[in-house]
Amino acid sequence: MDKNQFLFLLSGLKWTLALSAIGFALGSVAGLGVALARTSGRRWLERGAAAYIALFQGTPLLMQLFVVYYGLALAGLKLDPWVSVSIGFTLHAGAFLGEIWRGSIEAVPRGQVEAAKALSLGYLDRMKDVVLPQAIRISLPATIGFLVQLIKGTSLAAIIGFTELMRAGTIVSNQNFKPLLVLGLVCALYFALCWPLSLYGAWLERRLVTAAR
Amino acid sequence: MNYKFDFGPVIEGLPELLWGCAGTLGLALSGMVLALIIGIGGVLLRDSRLAPLRWLVIAFVEAIRNTPFLGQIYFVFFALPMVGIRLDPTLTAIIALGVNGGAYAIEIIRGGVQSINKGQVEAGLALGLSRTLIFRLIVLKPALRAIFPSLTSQFIMLTLTTSIASAISAYELTSVGQAIETNTFRSFEVYGVVTLLYLAMSWMLMQMFARINARFLLYPVK
Repeated sequence: MDKNQFLFLLSGLKWTLALSAIGFALGSVAGLGVALARTSGRRWLERGAAAYIALFQGTPLLMQLFVVYYGLALAGLKLDPWVSVSIGFTLHAGAFLGEIWRGSIEAVPRGQVEAAKALSLGYLDRMKDVVLPQAIRISLPATIGFLVQLIKGTSLAAIIGFTELMRAGTIVSNQNFKPLLVLGLVCALYFALCWPLSLYGAWLERRLVTAAR
Repeated sequence: MNYKFDFGPVIEGLPELLWGCAGTLGLALSGMVLALIIGIGGVLLRDSRLAPLRWLVIAFVEAIRNTPFLGQIYFVFFALPMVGIRLDPTLTAIIALGVNGGAYAIEIIRGGVQSINKGQVEAGLALGLSRTLIFRLIVLKPALRAIFPSLTSQFIMLTLTTSIASAISAYELTSVGQAIETNTFRSFEVYGVVTLLYLAMSWMLMQMFARINARFLLYPVK
């Protein structure tokens, strides 16, 4: 493998990072909306959010990317592949983060909500200042776990034809006929991204368990 | 939007798609069995007395859990022929799925084994229960009860992951869908229906696991 091929892999890595960051950032916004809808107490909002979560947790990410990719094209939107792939990851992350955060919001002791109500805090203040700060703490290990899933999941954009790290790897291995070397390197790069996050998540979880004791 | 939907090709291809579903379920079930075997074996090695064995299992679990499945399946696909093993793509996919699922199963099963309190076993001995009864009632059943929810949701994830096996053209639903799409160009219709078929399959598996749980594992409620 020569220097140019290695640099090509690194440029793919850049896109993997960008896709993960966009999917996680926009997915967080969507996920917060889903989690709030899911815990709103309004029947139709809750059902709608539950259906959205069930749809995205019950189907393969690859199919979600395909359907969004071709669906947007059908709707007459001429989008760059990376825009439609980003939309796909955003919708995917929104469902998973929404479900994680729903659980964390519900895990905040009920007395906290009741106390906030007794202090006549409105819904927004109650969420912003009382429930969410505690829910975020509870949700952190699972959220980081999902971020790792998402980073690994961006590799599926390669099947759509988007040149991120995995596809850069297959392109290089088609040139130099050393698939194991190139794939090993590609996987090592993913590992370098994901492992520190996994360790951090596990550490947070241990700390949370100790704090709850 | 002036696109006319045409589900004709999908309806025509429905028998093939259903065979694809069978292929997916076959991959998923074989993957689950292999994952369980690797999971149980891994737990035994993970707590073995030889430190290098323990390190090996930890390294395996971390390596698998922190790299994408697509990379793993490509790796197996290219690595097996180099050591002289030629398998068809479907068998290759089963191996990759089992190895991937196995790494997750090790962590889940290990948690279940650790959840058993030693005092419970001693209490069983004090009550004069036989060894087999102690294993069945005090060790195995509570451990299964503890791991069942996470293990089965991992299995559903594994079922959804089988769609990635289309990348090495194993026989399953996604690759059947892709073949129909290539011939008819009805991409949205084909993948929409395929997505719904996956939804139906994961729902079916969830129901099945819930029934097994209610029938064999839940405490009787009176």
